[in-house]
Amino acid sequence: MFVKLNKVNAVKPTNIKDPEYFHKVVDCQYACPAHTPVPEYIRLIAAGMYTEAYMINWESNVFPGILGRTCDRPCEPACRRGRVEEEPVAICRLKRVAADHKGEVRSLMPTIPKHKNGRKIALIGGGPAALTVARDLAPLGYTVDLYDDQKAGGGMMRSQIPAFRLPEAVLDEEVNYILDMGIHTHFNTYVSSLKSVLNKNYDAVFVGTGAPRGRDLPKLPGRWEDKAHVHIGIEFLASVAFEHTHKIGKKVLVLGGGNTAMDCCRTARRLGGESVKVVVRSPFETMKASPWEIQDAKREDIPILNNMPPKEFIVENGKLKGVIFEHVDAVYDEKGRRNLVPTGETTFLEADDVIIAIGQDNAFPWIERDLGIEFGDWDMPVVDRQSFQSTNPKVFFGGDAAFGPENVITAVAHGHQAAISIDLFLQGKHVKNERPSPMTNLVSQKMGIHEWRYDNDVVKDLRYAVPHAAKELTLQNRKVEVELGFDERLGFKEAQRCLNCDVQTVFNTSRCIECDACADICPTSCITFTENGEEEDLRHRLNAPSTDLSQDLYVSDVLPTKRVMIKDEDVCLHCGLCAERCPTAAWDMQQFLYNTAKAGL
Amino acid sequence: MSYILPPFRHPDLPTNELGFARKDYEGALSTLCAGCGHDSISSAIIQACYEMNIEPHRLAKLSGIGCSSKTPAYFLGNSHGFNSVHGRMPSVATGANLANRQLLYLGVSGDGDSASIGIGQFVHAIRRNLNIVYIVMNNGCYGLTKGQDSATADAGSVSKKGHANPFTAINMTALAIEMGANFVARSFSGDKHQLIPLIKAAMNHPGFALIDVVSPCVTFNNNVGSTKSYDFVREHKEATSEFDFVPEHDEITADYAEGSSLDVAMHDGSIIHLSKVAKGWDPRNRFSALSALNNAEQRGEILTGLLFVHPEGRDLHSVFHTVEAPLNSLQEKDLCPGKGVLAQINDSFR
Repeated sequence: MFVKLNKVNAVKPTNIKDPEYFHKVVDCQYACPAHTPVPEYIRLIAAGMYTEAYMINWESNVFPGILGRTCDRPCEPACRRGRVEEEPVAICRLKRVAADHKGEVRSLMPTIPKHKNGRKIALIGGGPAALTVARDLAPLGYTVDLYDDQKAGGGMMRSQIPAFRLPEAVLDEEVNYILDMGIHTHFNTYVSSLKSVLNKNYDAVFVGTGAPRGRDLPKLPGRWEDKAHVHIGIEFLASVAFEHTHKIGKKVLVLGGGNTAMDCCRTARRLGGESVKVVVRSPFETMKASPWEIQDAKREDIPILNNMPPKEFIVENGKLKGVIFEHVDAVYDEKGRRNLVPTGETTFLEADDVIIAIGQDNAFPWIERDLGIEFGDWDMPVVDRQSFQSTNPKVFFGGDAAFGPENVITAVAHGHQAAISIDLFLQGKHVKNERPSPMTNLVSQKMGIHEWRYDNDVVKDLRYAVPHAAKELTLQNRKVEVELGFDERLGFKEAQRCLNCDVQTVFNTSRCIECDACADICPTSCITFTENGEEEDLRHRLNAPSTDLSQDLYVSDVLPTKRVMIKDEDVCLHCGLCAERCPTAAWDMQQFLYNTAKAGL
Repeated sequence: MSYILPPFRHPDLPTNELGFARKDYEGALSTLCAGCGHDSISSAIIQACYEMNIEPHRLAKLSGIGCSSKTPAYFLGNSHGFNSVHGRMPSVATGANLANRQLLYLGVSGDGDSASIGIGQFVHAIRRNLNIVYIVMNNGCYGLTKGQDSATADAGSVSKKGHANPFTAINMTALAIEMGANFVARSFSGDKHQLIPLIKAAMNHPGFALIDVVSPCVTFNNNVGSTKSYDFVREHKEATSEFDFVPEHDEITADYAEGSSLDVAMHDGSIIHLSKVAKGWDPRNRFSALSALNNAEQRGEILTGLLFVHPEGRDLHSVFHTVEAPLNSLQEKDLCPGKGVLAQINDSFR
């Protein structure tokens, strides 16, 4: 067909029928690996409907109580609120409010069919990814066997997250919701051969064994001279969690700057460590630990020393005395690559115990290499990023086992997708081409001229801090939870800070009379009426600076004056004033619900 | 439920030379009907004052009664304001202006306030060349009393009720030119590109400056058959020229096409730049302006833009030889200069 070329490449009208357009506007949900409908459950929390809020979370992220305490919260840096004031909504801790205050939920969970569908699935590993697969497939009638070397389910959530951040009761409750779905558990069972599992005639196998190998510093002088007092981070945490380790020396050094290091140092404080220091090799700014975890460590009187790579363990008469550290400066070359250049100085720090928490790796010694599972770089299995299927069509991977260490919420997202794939595969469908679409819905919120179904008043409140238990108490007993969580009053106030980004501004070109009322009233100057053009040019012609290119422009069809309406989604407050001031209802506020597809739906 | 403007603004918006953000020129949230042209004019006033670096406390806004006269509540919340009696804003403005000539006066009125009950006050303020920016938000109907035809409704214009107006309209701009106003312009609430520079130029004009702004009443006069609806005005408006205002401290950087452009220097060195000037129209000639208005009316068009400007002219203070200082700052020794001066005055009568 003949296509007429315009002089300029005017931006095409935005296709709001594409579910991903409005999905992207809901920044928190879009950033969440599991795409939990965050604003929807926050509104329910504000309304005191904790059970309903919990179930929305449970459907999507499976472990609301656990994640409400421990999530890496990629949603919060994405939160629009953080772009108009100092801090984002405390989304993670609001999730916990739903979990803490919910009512009876078991009756709301899916019933498990008595008659099975005849298909058997093996899950290797009992962590968040495998449990999610179980949760999604058991209600569809699959028979699920779960193998794990630990004495109970939960994987790293049990072995690596200290009880002062995640009480065992919370973990047990949410793990048991799944195990009680008739999952056949084989705990204390280390799978040493995938072949032996495949030989049991499972229809599909899911591998969710995490990244179980903590990194060491094997070549550092002195490392092996007092092995009893040099520990690997994740092994130390597991040993504490399973009650094998109860004590540590008074002076403890933790090497590493990630969240595991933070958990190690805080655990050490509770096991008798009086002087606990964290030492990182690079600058503070590049530490991998979440800012709030660093803060929690500092609050427990744990100094963090930076730019100090370890040089040598000092051991006298077989007894660890401490570690010598070099001092370095971080120097960046013209390509932005960092070099740690030694200054020549060194420092000796005394230590009774040293914990090495510098990362973890995958390891698959138990997977035979003749099973049709191809291994690629770094000896990682070749796994499809969409279907999570390996090159052996029966074997699926997810969680840290698939692409290396990530976090719980990513593992959950993997689990959902792998469950869809397993379900498709066992129905003889294509695991990539026949994946189900997300469920979306768009509903007008209008109730009157100035009334909406959602609370559109934007409050000024700054982020509320979660109350903590007294330090004197928490440092005495590693099982006393530090964070107390928001009570109902604080939870309500924090929930009110949510901007309701899922309530979309929907524009109807044919109704617009171009009176400018919306552009005039918009508090954040998001709306402009102007001639169309190329996107870069357009962004310079808007009523307010438009610098965040990751945020879309909502462009209308051509209006009678040949102009178009352009809305920069970046800092829209979703206050609804454009729609309230529109005389012809060309603007409407419509709630957009986006639910990712689940297996069997 | 919301009559509440959220507290947040776009985080990257700049400030003007005084360090004020546009927000500092805002007022309360409007209670006019959604889509009212008056709200757009308010927004244009806010933008013009922001761009002109007006110190909010150096401006007084005055109004009478009507939808238009409510608007000063919706802009310049940090400025002086006086919401006066119906049609009597020019008198109050005259008094305020005589008491303190150092403020910038912004009169806001409507077609009812200025063309009916207040027309006597309107023409006398022009006669005296009161130094004021006088904005008429002109919607051709009485919106506040359910939309009756006003004195500026065109003959034959059909209101929402379906009746054609039997009377001839008062043309506020032609009247002002006749009465001797030295800055007369017409604009449209839906054209901020034109309206904002007009307001800026009017604020720089020493003397009476009228901007008649056609401002559709969405509730009572935005129907088919109305000559003041958004659609009709868009289809029938015709500009005398493209209008640009260049403050004296700004260099002229825009690249204007040769030939059809014209610069008018203002008293303070600022410049009104006109381009794409209509044939046969000279903005400095009263008769040319009136004939351009007449010709457009004959064609059924609404002539917008600058219509007439005479940058010189004596305002009321120069006629009266009044003092520069605000009256409230005069001390006893200024007001009672003593026997010597009295004797001098008496001597002058001998």
